[in-house]
Amino acid sequence: MAKKWLLEPDFRIERDPERCVQCQVCVRQCANDVHQYDASEEVVTSDSSTCVGCHRCASLCPTGAVSIRRAPLDFRPHGNWTAEVLRNVYKQAESGGVLLSGMGNDRPLTVYWDHMLLNASQVTNPSIDPLREPMEVLTYLGRRPERVEFGPGGVKDLKTQLDPTIRLQTPLMFSAMSYGSISYNAALSLARAAKESGTFANSGEGGLHKDFRPYKDNMIVQVASGRFGVDVDYLNNCAAVEIKIGQGAKPGIGGHLPGEKVDAAISATRMIPKGTDAISPAPHHDIYSIEDLRQLIFAIKEATRYTKPVCVKIAAVHNIAAIASGAVRAGADIVAIDGYKGGTGAAPTMIRDNVGIPIEFALAAVDTRLREEGIRHQASIVAGGGFRCSADVVKAIALGADAVYIGTGALVAMGCHLCQKCYTGKCNWGIATQDPFLTKRLNPNIATKRLVNLLRGWTHEIMEMMGGMGVNAIESLRGNREHLRGVGLSDRELAILGIKSAGE
Amino acid sequence: MLGNIRTDWGHDSAGCAICGMMSESGRPMGGETIIRAIANMHDRSNGLGGGFAAYGIYPDRADQYALHMMYDDAAGKAAGERAIDVHCVVHHVEPIPTRALECIRNRPILFRYFVTVKPEIMKLHYDETEDDVIVHLVMSINEKVEGAFVVSSGKNMGIFKGVGYPEDIGNFFRLDEYSAYLWTAHGRFPTNTTGWWGGAHPFGLLDWSVVHNGEISSYGINRRYLMNFGYHCALQTDTEVITYLFDLLMRRHALPLEAACTAMAPPFWTQVERMDEERQRLIRTLRVIYGGALINGPFSVLVARRDCMIGFNDRIKLRPMAAARKDDTLYIASEEAAIRIMCRKPDTLWHADGGVPIVGRLKTADAAVA
Repeated sequence: MAKKWLLEPDFRIERDPERCVQCQVCVRQCANDVHQYDASEEVVTSDSSTCVGCHRCASLCPTGAVSIRRAPLDFRPHGNWTAEVLRNVYKQAESGGVLLSGMGNDRPLTVYWDHMLLNASQVTNPSIDPLREPMEVLTYLGRRPERVEFGPGGVKDLKTQLDPTIRLQTPLMFSAMSYGSISYNAALSLARAAKESGTFANSGEGGLHKDFRPYKDNMIVQVASGRFGVDVDYLNNCAAVEIKIGQGAKPGIGGHLPGEKVDAAISATRMIPKGTDAISPAPHHDIYSIEDLRQLIFAIKEATRYTKPVCVKIAAVHNIAAIASGAVRAGADIVAIDGYKGGTGAAPTMIRDNVGIPIEFALAAVDTRLREEGIRHQASIVAGGGFRCSADVVKAIALGADAVYIGTGALVAMGCHLCQKCYTGKCNWGIATQDPFLTKRLNPNIATKRLVNLLRGWTHEIMEMMGGMGVNAIESLRGNREHLRGVGLSDRELAILGIKSAGE
Repeated sequence: MLGNIRTDWGHDSAGCAICGMMSESGRPMGGETIIRAIANMHDRSNGLGGGFAAYGIYPDRADQYALHMMYDDAAGKAAGERAIDVHCVVHHVEPIPTRALECIRNRPILFRYFVTVKPEIMKLHYDETEDDVIVHLVMSINEKVEGAFVVSSGKNMGIFKGVGYPEDIGNFFRLDEYSAYLWTAHGRFPTNTTGWWGGAHPFGLLDWSVVHNGEISSYGINRRYLMNFGYHCALQTDTEVITYLFDLLMRRHALPLEAACTAMAPPFWTQVERMDEERQRLIRTLRVIYGGALINGPFSVLVARRDCMIGFNDRIKLRPMAAARKDDTLYIASEEAAIRIMCRKPDTLWHADGGVPIVGRLKTADAAVA
């Protein structure tokens, strides 16, 4: 493979000749053609220039002969013109194109979760051991009446009817990832894992493959600006409907599934011709205002006979609190907020790395605003965008989230190594690709089990942390910012997060 | 500078002793018994707070709100009285009678006012009740008026509290000279703050009074939940939050007592699953809607109102509570020993189940709690 002018490889493949037995596993595994077998010399060689650092070859090499390292930086150090910046300029000078990236913002920006610490009980109240005592994480999402009303018969005479809600056995859901952006096996694994764990997967904007219908009670289906795969059957084969306004990785812009990925099955699922690009416009062209959003929300409620909660997903942007409040007043039963660290199959790098705000601030601001307006009960809040571990989740719930969307974490559980090249369609792990040679690598039984394990492990940890704080019901953690303290934050940041400093 | 009736130490919790006695037929009982009972649990308090609530003590002014006030100084008194005068007709005002005691120090200025809301104020709040106006007044004084604090605001009842051991506080307020059909008492062992007069228990609003032993781990969300409904938790004590939750659920949302208690200490979902369909629906509805009102963490609480006394434990029973009955009288206390002081040989004596309220109801024609 020809080396590109001026562009040094990101990685360097090191092959230990003592260990390599020329078995050619690496050759077969790499969709980026890094490894070649020279039959005449009977030797496997590697060309590092196209290596994305996905570790597929190294993971599967039976003798451990392959290792992958970051290519040593050979630029003179410069605080402004870093190696990454230079590489980007070289790429664009060569192609004249827009820089693309997969997954979430990879810049080393402040992770505010790491600046919040959790509380634990000591002496004055007992901690609770979740292995011995009940520990409740069951979560209902959806609109709630403000109060319960009884008729003259008292408790035997309950008048209040609950609005439609969805019930989660754990406050974790899988974020929207469309069939198309991820493979059939990956989408199937998410749906199965959601069902097995008593929670929900999200179809993304790519429609719902007919094979996934059996999982409809654990599916949230998305209505995005492209309206792919949306018809009345779609809306009624799900637990809830999500209107996607924006996505944390790329607020303000639409999406583009290249025609190469649109095979027969995806074509049928998305209801578009085979081989055509699936382009989601930046805005919904029937939503240019908040009142238009209300019309779409109620169109969906009508179509589903008011039996399903409607979620509105918005990217965390500057004025998020007012936007979320507007969405709730427009009739959203759930508001999903996606922070700027959220993942994606493809986004322009500049957008991914520079647009949007951290989920921590967005979540705190929205929860506070809805409470100030006295409408917090009218909608549940789901937070997403870069959740890495159960501690992040606990902190988000304490800030005010009802549940959390995990996307990148779920992909990593299935084998993703975060090479950030989803948009190339050459995912060696069989996740973000439609190439049948690659997709068959992802065994849905194994992937399902790994996803279930992840949710189970995180749920146990959430219970442990709750027990330590002395609460045995998730509703006592939700919005309970007394259990958070900030470290290394300015007064302004503490005020926006609504938490005290450590030591206070 | 903050006076000794209020501090801003933040969320305040405490270990404590509580006890209460109620004659369901409304028979007046002298204050001396309840003082002896709470004194019996002396080691459960540390001298940083004690107090009593008494119901039926102002029969001659039973239709007027009795505002028990604490003031830091003359300026606080003037400011507090200005706020009262704006809203209320004051029918009678007097200092709260006390005994000078060596052990009670730094006492605030203590007055009580017997008031009704001015008709012209009611016209401004034409879609609200007189109770609502009194709540606004109490909230506004406790939140905004420096140097003034409303201790209690109910009719025919009063709260007497301060910094000291409860038996000394009872003696200081000359409670042996009062007779009430319902008494509750509290000895305080504060862990998060020093002692301060306003932060002693009981906490009261209208004719609610609450004494509490415990630390509420859900405090942060309970307080924020109440903010939705216009309650400002000025004192940042657990007792304040419990009082407002009872006021919200039972007075404003008119929930039956059982439903209110279920909302605050609901059964576990695993228990709910074993119930019949109707019961499941009831509890699911209450839990889903009143998640913010769930009180979590260890507590045993005694809530009193004109017509009832409710003993109430957290749902996994992390704090003690014993109860007994003899004839028309219900006794509840942190320890059985205190009950034996109030009533040597009760007809029945038991320990409260987690999350299950023990209720005493006044059996008179005009008072019936659902």
